[in-house]
Amino acid sequence: MITVESLTRRYAGFTAVDNVSFTARPGRVTGFLGPNGAGKSTTMRVMVGLTAPTSGSATINGERFAGLPNPGLEVGVLLDASAQHAGRTGREILAVAAATMGLPGSRVDEMLEVVSLTPTEAKRRVRNYSLGMRQRLGIATALLGDPQVLILDEPANGLDPAGIRWMRDLLTEFASRGGTVLLSSHLLHEIEVIADDLVVIGNGRIVASGTKEELLAAAGTLARSTAPRDLAHALEQAGIPSTLAGDGSVRTEADPAQVGAVALTAGIALTELRSAEGAGLEDMFLSLTADTQREGVAA
Amino acid sequence: MTATIVPPTTTTKSVPVRRAVRPIPSTRLVKVELRKMFNTRSGFWLLISIGVLSPIAAGSVVIFAPDSDVTYESFARASGFPMSVILPMIAILAVTSEWSQRSGLTTFTLVPSRGRVIGAKAVATLLVGLGSVAVAFAAGALGNVVGSALAGVDTVWNISMPMALQMVLGNLAGMAIGFTLGVLLRASSAAIVGYFVVSFVMPGILLLLASVREWFLDLQPWVDWNYTQVELFEGATNTGEEWAMLASTTMIWIVIPLVVGLFFLRRSEVK
Repeated sequence: MITVESLTRRYAGFTAVDNVSFTARPGRVTGFLGPNGAGKSTTMRVMVGLTAPTSGSATINGERFAGLPNPGLEVGVLLDASAQHAGRTGREILAVAAATMGLPGSRVDEMLEVVSLTPTEAKRRVRNYSLGMRQRLGIATALLGDPQVLILDEPANGLDPAGIRWMRDLLTEFASRGGTVLLSSHLLHEIEVIADDLVVIGNGRIVASGTKEELLAAAGTLARSTAPRDLAHALEQAGIPSTLAGDGSVRTEADPAQVGAVALTAGIALTELRSAEGAGLEDMFLSLTADTQREGVAA
Repeated sequence: MTATIVPPTTTTKSVPVRRAVRPIPSTRLVKVELRKMFNTRSGFWLLISIGVLSPIAAGSVVIFAPDSDVTYESFARASGFPMSVILPMIAILAVTSEWSQRSGLTTFTLVPSRGRVIGAKAVATLLVGLGSVAVAFAAGALGNVVGSALAGVDTVWNISMPMALQMVLGNLAGMAIGFTLGVLLRASSAAIVGYFVVSFVMPGILLLLASVREWFLDLQPWVDWNYTQVELFEGATNTGEEWAMLASTTMIWIVIPLVVGLFFLRRSEVK
């Protein structure tokens, strides 16, 4: 369980994190979203004590990070996979972390196996690692102490498709065993598939938070039909406002059941009917963070 | 009548009980920091260079020194010389690599107390210093026995205990300067440049100042770190005043900057 309360971090001239509060609950994967420079990484750094907050607090299992007697056994952290001594071998990096936590050396081999780094690769120096390999090594470091909480900043970065699938399963499994996962990512599809809860941040402030269902429900329904105009008309008759997109899809804020019922009564055959979450998360993300986007996307 | 209270059985995901976690002992931190000093490519070669250069330096005495100089002092000094340069570098990198190589992100999330990490690094640095100096004295002793036999002269053991201790102290002071620069600058290249400025450029400037400004002449031994350092390596710190001078330069160049550096290091952001 991660609790962030009224967290603020100011730098000379600007506020990177502005009164941020949220909770990442056990047994759930919490996705942490936001545009570049929104304050995601700063918030995560404050959580693990690398940056001091200007005000507010972040606690893990009710305890400030600095108060944890042996943090590696309680919280697995991966903030930047490239932040490793380039002259050390991958194996040695894990061995040093295991030694710090007081774990036996056998744990290192187990973790290398879990993240699919071969013994040969583990003997190479991190200087020669690809981003994906560094990411795997970082995940291995985070999992080493068998923690109950994971804090991961952009862990899918640089992973190949199989790696992304593997990580998704790993995190889902971790949460299903009662663990708490907080993960940030720019890959909205990734977050959409894996996250149970979402926290969206823009310009240092929380712009939305809640369960994925809650947040995406607002995105409504997408329906397709061989006669999209008739469908839109039928919906209008039923008092449901809708928009007819150029690609022939009909979008509405009503839920899919209502739309289906309307189509049935009107005798219109639907070819597709679903929550508009495919584009929903991206749309939601862009509209929520519209004021804070560099590109000034019109949402 | 008895009523049994049946506790509700947890059906859904249960929150795992927090394990009792024991704090990380300081001895473990020292061991880890010692390991980190030598498990990188640069650390490994620095260690090898000590092991290789010391015997070479001692060997060169056998080849080049006149018979009258075939003494324990010559050998110990020669084998100790490479160390006086390499040890401060080891001390610098022990601290700065956490920032320059960014490994601090992991180190300080595994051990949030930065003071403890730096303390463990200081102890590890001290141990490496003592170990290396012991190697230098041993290489010197071996060189002396072999060298005097080859030259056909009597083996001269002319280093007294007080002198030996001062040579040890001199090496440790050099490491302390490197360590201090590391804590203060937190960047490998800056700290190494800083070390060369402090130990090679500054003495010249202070010497020049002393030669043109008479008032500085008396003051120089109290503020010139190299002055007291050379005295230590010569084993010439004997009087109470000389020890006071050493204390003064140590205060100026090590204690005060170290305290200031630690103050900022503990508050800085690790990125």
